[in-house]
Amino acid sequence: MLFDFNINLLIGQMVLGLVNGVFYAILSLGLAIIFGLLGVINFAHGVFFMLGAFVAYMLGETLGIGYWGALVLAPLIIGALGLLVEVALIRHLYKLDHLYGLLLTLGLALFAEGFIRIVFGPQGLPYSIPPSLRGAVNLGFMVMPLYRVWVVAAGVVLCLVTWAVIERTPLGAKLRAATDNPKLVQAFGINVPVMLTLTYGAGVALAAFGGVMAAPIMSVDPAMGTNIVIVVFAVVVIGGMGSILGSIVTGLGLGLLEGLTKAVFPEASSTVIFVAMVVVLILRPRGLFGKMA
Amino acid sequence: MLEIARLNAWYGESHVLHGIDMSVPEGKVVSLLGRNGAGKTTTMRAIMGLMDRTEGSIALRGDNLLKLRPDQIARRGIALCPEDRGIFPSLTVSENLLLPPVIASGGMTTEHLYTLFPNIKERGSSRGTQLSGGEQQMLAIARILRTGARVLLLDEPTEGLAPVIVQQIARTIAEIKELGYTILLVEQNAHFVEGLADVHYLIENGAIVDRMEAAEFAANIDRVDRLLGV
Repeated sequence: MLFDFNINLLIGQMVLGLVNGVFYAILSLGLAIIFGLLGVINFAHGVFFMLGAFVAYMLGETLGIGYWGALVLAPLIIGALGLLVEVALIRHLYKLDHLYGLLLTLGLALFAEGFIRIVFGPQGLPYSIPPSLRGAVNLGFMVMPLYRVWVVAAGVVLCLVTWAVIERTPLGAKLRAATDNPKLVQAFGINVPVMLTLTYGAGVALAAFGGVMAAPIMSVDPAMGTNIVIVVFAVVVIGGMGSILGSIVTGLGLGLLEGLTKAVFPEASSTVIFVAMVVVLILRPRGLFGKMA
Repeated sequence: MLEIARLNAWYGESHVLHGIDMSVPEGKVVSLLGRNGAGKTTTMRAIMGLMDRTEGSIALRGDNLLKLRPDQIARRGIALCPEDRGIFPSLTVSENLLLPPVIASGGMTTEHLYTLFPNIKERGSSRGTQLSGGEQQMLAIARILRTGARVLLLDEPTEGLAPVIVQQIARTIAEIKELGYTILLVEQNAHFVEGLADVHYLIENGAIVDRMEAAEFAANIDRVDRLLGV
């Protein structure tokens, strides 16, 4: 039957879809921050997500550092790597067309994924759920693994905190002003080049944080970033390039839509986001939350 | 205080300033008058380090600023109020006001600025670009008075404003001058700067063509108007 579902299944799938939505939101948020300020379409974002998961894995294997330690250390380590990438490579492209940034970061992504594949092999590696987050919670309409409840809660809080920092603090005001007119902001005495570097590092650290959270759910494998980043780019296009709020709402919303489709018409669940992207591009090319060019 | 000598500047391959020499003494208002495209804004941009390429010398209290980044120049005590006012559309009025960092002590407090520009306080939570042109200009001036910078570069503060607002801006600049600020005032409106500036420079095709003390200016205003195409 085409539409075979009951309401509990529907809600259950939507809640599970929200878990994916959290990862979409975290990744598209980082992409939006980086694109908004640096004008770089960071195709390497998925790779930083994957590296976050691998760093968590390696911290556990080599130093015995568990999930909670990795959740702090992996974003810091990958964020620092992001700083190096920005200083060594990306900052040389700011005066060029956006296409050059996309090509460079695509090259970086291919290189990093290939490198990890050579070192760790193509197969997925296991990463355990921390003992404190094992078990399940009865939500009334479904029994949900505690770890997924944690992912949704932590992801939503992280997105809201990031949004609040950007929209409600003096630091965020500087970032937004530099997005509008970086030369004038620099002429006011703000070191914009350093701000760009730190912003790239912070965006990349967000991706790595998402990677650590994803490690116990998805297997830690070299393709995990590439697989998700394609969907995330669709999320960014639907939300509107550079829109912070758009990234969060669209990421979570499309996760729900994906979950809903899984319940209603499972065959379309992996394509529904791209169908939504096509519809939005036709009806509202700047995205749901994007500003007019 | 601010000494500019043999200043040349380029936009890409275009040579747009040809050996500008100017002096802005401490505590004085100096005007730079010229038509559209004469090089006034480019001179401001060159002082702030915003040009692709510059040669010559721009010295503040003897320190050459020429090779410094814009943020380093701002932190030496120079503040720019740009031609288009530079109000950030994604920021509220308050955020626009508080955006430039305080770079030295002695800047005006927010309370003092709200006394000088009461509209800014009333519209604090509005988007900066929702203000009228005159209010945006007041905000652009207020914003740099907070920073503690003592050298102010005001680029055509009267552009596109109604006469009554222009008079208000003139009163504000006169008040700021009384407080001992050093001001370089770029204008196309000779009558606006007549009572304000101590020294006037005329610029044409990227070069200074005349310099007058305030006392000489009134006698030469017809000639200045002709040069400005009025």
